Order: sequence, then structure tokens, then C-alpha cells
Amino acid sequence: MDLARYQRRRRINQVGLTLSMLAMVLGLSVLLWILALLFYKGLSAFSWDFFFASTPAPGSDGGGLANAIVGSVMLVGSCTLISTPIGVLAGVYLAEYGDRSPIAGVTRFVSDIMLSAPSIVIGLFVYAIVVAQVKHFSGWAGTLALSLIAIPVVVRTTENILRLVPGSLREAAFALGAPRWKVAIMVTLRAAKSGIMTGVLLALARVSGETAPLLFTALSNQFFSLDMNRPLANLPVVIFQFAMSPYENWIKLAWGGALLITMVVLLINIITRLFFREKVSA
Amino acid sequence: MSALPEFSTPSFAASAQLADAGRLRKARIQNVQDFLFHKITLLFALSVLLTLIGILASLVINAWPTLHRFGPAFFYTVEWDIIRGEFGAAIAIFGTLASASIALAIAVPLSFGVALFLTETCPVWLRRPLGTAVELLAAVPSIIYGMFGLFIFAPLFAEYGQPALQSTLGQMPLIAPFFGGAMNGIGILAAGLILSIMILPFIASVMRDVFEIVPPILRESAYGLGCTTWEVMHNIVLPFTKTGVIGGIMLGLGRALGETMAVTFVIGNSQRIGMSLFSPGSSIASTLANEFGEADGLHLSSLFALGLMLFFITFVVLAAAKLLLARMERSQGSKT
Repeated sequence: MDLARYQRRRRINQVGLTLSMLAMVLGLSVLLWILALLFYKGLSAFSWDFFFASTPAPGSDGGGLANAIVGSVMLVGSCTLISTPIGVLAGVYLAEYGDRSPIAGVTRFVSDIMLSAPSIVIGLFVYAIVVAQVKHFSGWAGTLALSLIAIPVVVRTTENILRLVPGSLREAAFALGAPRWKVAIMVTLRAAKSGIMTGVLLALARVSGETAPLLFTALSNQFFSLDMNRPLANLPVVIFQFAMSPYENWIKLAWGGALLITMVVLLINIITRLFFREKVSA
Repeated sequence: MSALPEFSTPSFAASAQLADAGRLRKARIQNVQDFLFHKITLLFALSVLLTLIGILASLVINAWPTLHRFGPAFFYTVEWDIIRGEFGAAIAIFGTLASASIALAIAVPLSFGVALFLTETCPVWLRRPLGTAVELLAAVPSIIYGMFGLFIFAPLFAEYGQPALQSTLGQMPLIAPFFGGAMNGIGILAAGLILSIMILPFIASVMRDVFEIVPPILRESAYGLGCTTWEVMHNIVLPFTKTGVIGGIMLGLGRALGETMAVTFVIGNSQRIGMSLFSPGSSIASTLANEFGEADGLHLSSLFALGLMLFFITFVVLAAAKLLLARMERSQGSKT
């Protein structure tokens, strides 16, 4: 046996595997770096005012992000209310009727693409059909933009989960004489409930950090407002504006907002994963 | 007994008819309900398609004044002058393609390393937590990457990264001009580096998924012949999963092209094309994010034209990714 060749192969193997481990270490350390940075910079911004005072005027001290937090909750909440029924029913169509219909194939394809399509283009679209028509920015336009991003997520997870429901469950219900819509709503959807919840939560996590589509739709509002017909302050846009500003206290507030939003998004992601693993193994 | 049936038959028949009618009506109602349910769910499924058509239509309509005025020259004119009303997309296209290419060049080998580690080297009990950690990297909102890039990465990059690059790669013939100029940390290279971290989890998770569907018997045969892990990856797993891996890379490319906030923070936002990768530039998405709020008239229309082009490019890239991954799945289905 050619010993030199053997040793060369072993060396290549070791180098390759070491590099792959380094890639993993690099990925993890960036994640940890970002988290540590957010806590380091953001935690000191948390205070009573941070949660209960509105955004400060340029150059003035103090203030908080209360209006942005409330606005974000309103946007994401209304987006969830709109995108859940639409996404779930479209997912039901794909899973229950979609095997032979060419429409379902095209829809599946398009929603997969919309899943990764640039969100800023969705913002342009909503600007063109809503904001340019009524001539002012509004919370509703922001909600619409977020919904268009969330729907494909819900559609695809719903379809995937419904396909995991055993066919025998459907057949048993059909054999008892249940009509198709009853089978879909009362048997398969019910069996897939927790999975669909996961899809909705993931969509929620996805949209709560979205900034680009809100820039031209909800815009922002310096004052506290609950009116969805007017520009609505929201965390991502406020973070963007404040982080790009020259004011020291604005940048500090931006870090606080960044920590808040990242924690929410990551917690939702972690919780859904833990929750869903139990469901699968059970 | 002979009279009884005469009495009871009509009443039996009547009740049976009544029951039949009731059942029939119920069946008919259920049929209508089924029909409605089918059509309603179909309608919602169609709404996804309608959104796509609506996006294309609204972008084309709003971009029309620009496309009409400048024609195809819009796409290769190096001029973006808001005051004089001259608009060309070349600078933004260049910035988008350059930053996305840099991102891919860095993210593809890294993702391969991560996927290899997760499928081959990693102890089984660590696979799940580490896999989740990589996916969390994808969940971090892009604006956070932007802040990280601008406030933390850029100063470090200007202090250590750029001088190091300039003193090594910047001394080599031919490629030296790419690493010249002012070193302030932001620019096209910085945008590409931040993007590479952002698209890594997408590419890595597709790679990991396709690596896992390689039939164990192929892998085991190669190990049985005495291959090292690296050789198994390089000679067995990669050729087998080629389509899927390319699909995953295309998916990452689609993400990188359309990424907005992180790029806006670090690319420098200047409407110029510099030879050096250190020089600031702008991408399609960052131009939109920066200028859309104050634009009107032809400027606004030009921004819509940029958006249309971005949508078109990403659509083609993502469609290709999707088709490749679907082909991978199909071939997998027929082989097992």
C-alpha cells in the first residue's frame, strides 16, 4: 500500500473536516455576538419610560417607544387576523383538492416564490394600490403589506401539516357519510391544529421584524396613536429612523427596540420548535 | 294477515318517501355546502396568484413613464440624477449583483461546511440544538443585521479587515484596484459580507436536508471501500445531491438580491460606481428604501422600474431554485 498517498488522503480529510467545523463555529459565534451585543447595548435602554413614554422629539431627552410598541402589536395583530383565515383556507384547498388541479400546482409554486420574494417590492405594491390612491400613509396599508408576506407562510405550513394527517382518518369520516367540508374542518383541520398554530406563529415572527414593506405604507408617527387610518408608529421603522439619526439617545432607544424585537422573534421561534417537536414525537 | 299489508304498505311507503325526501334534501344541501366550500377555498388559493399578478401589473403601470421615456437604455445608463431628471439603473444593478456575488462566494463554502458538520461530524445529541441555532440566524430580523453591520462590523472592518486585505490582495497585480481607496468600513464589500451571514442559514438548511436524503447504502458502500469522510462527501454525496445543492444556492441568491434593510445600513448609499470594492455604492433595494419616501413624478416612476426589475430578477432566480429542488425530490422519489 502506498503509505504517502494514504497519509495525503487522511490529511485532506482532516483539513476538510476542521474547516467545516470552523464554519459552524463562525456561524454560531456570529449569532452569539449579535445576541451579546443586543443585550449589552439594549438592556441599559430598558426603563419605565422605554415602555410607557412616546418617542422623543429630535434633540430632546428621555422618551420611550410606547407608541411604536403599541403600533407594532396592532399591525402584527391585525395582520394575523387577516392572514390566518386566508392562508389556512388556501392551504386546505391545496391539501384537500389540490392533487389533480393545475391551479393548485401553480398556486403552490407561486406561494413558494412569494415566501422568499423581496419584501420591499410588496411595500411598493401596497403603496401603489392603497397609499397612492387615498393619498396618505396608514396603518391599514401596513397591515395589508404584512399580510401579503404572512399568507404564503401560513399557506405552505398548513398544506404540509394537513398532508401529514393520515388518509385513514379522512376515509373513516367519509365512510360515516360526512360531507367533504365537514371532514376538512372538523377532522383534518382539527387533527392538524397544533401544526397550523405553529405556522401562524412562525408567520407572526417573520412579519414582526419586517421593516422594508412598512417604510412606504405605515410609515411612522411621532405621537401616540391608535388610528389605523393614519400613519402608525411601529418598532422596525422607528428603529431604522433612530439608528440612522445623529442623536445619542435616539440610537440608544433604537438598541433597546432592537433587543426587544429580536427577543420576541427568537422566543417565538424557539417555543414553536420545542412545542412542535413534542407533538411530532407524541 | 292479508289485509294488513294493504293498510300498512301505503303508510310505510309514505314514511319511507318522507325519509327519502328528507335525506335527499340533506344530501342536496350538503352538496351545495361542499360546492361552496370547494369554491371558497379555491378563491383563497387564487388570491395568492392574484397578488402576484397584481404586483406585476401595478409595477408595470407605475414604471411605464420611465420605461417609455428612456426605453431599454434605462437598464444600462450610468446616471442617476434626481435634479436633472436623468435616470439609469446601471449603478443599482451593479451594486445589487456585486454585493450578492460576494455574499454567495463567501456563504456557499461556509454553508457547505455547516451542512457537512451537521450531517457527518456532529455528535447526534448536538445536531438538533446546533441545527436550531443556525436556523435562528435566519430568524433574526434584517434590521438587526443592519445595525450590527453599521455600528460594530464596519468600524472593526475599517480598522483591521480592510488594511489586511489591502496589504495582501491589494498588492497583487490585476486585482489590486479592487482593494484600493478609502477604508471606512462601509461599502459594497461590507454589504456582501453581512449578506453572506444572512443567507448562510438558508443555503445550509437546504444542503443539510438534501444531504440527509442520500441513501445510506451509497454512503456505507463508499466507507466500506475505505473512503474518508471528505471523499464520501466529495465523490458520493455531492454528485448525488448536485441539483438540490444548486437549488439551495439559488434560493440564497434570491434572498441576497432582494435584501433591503441590512444592505441599506452598510452599502454607503452613493449613486456612483467605484472600481474598488471598498467604495460605497447602492443596490436596487437600498435605493428604494432611501429615496422612495421623497420621490415624485419621473423619479417615482424610475423607482418603480427598479422595483419591477428586482422583482423580475428574484422571481426568475427563485423559480429556478424551486424547479431544481422539485426535480431533486422527484428523482429521489423514483429511486427509492
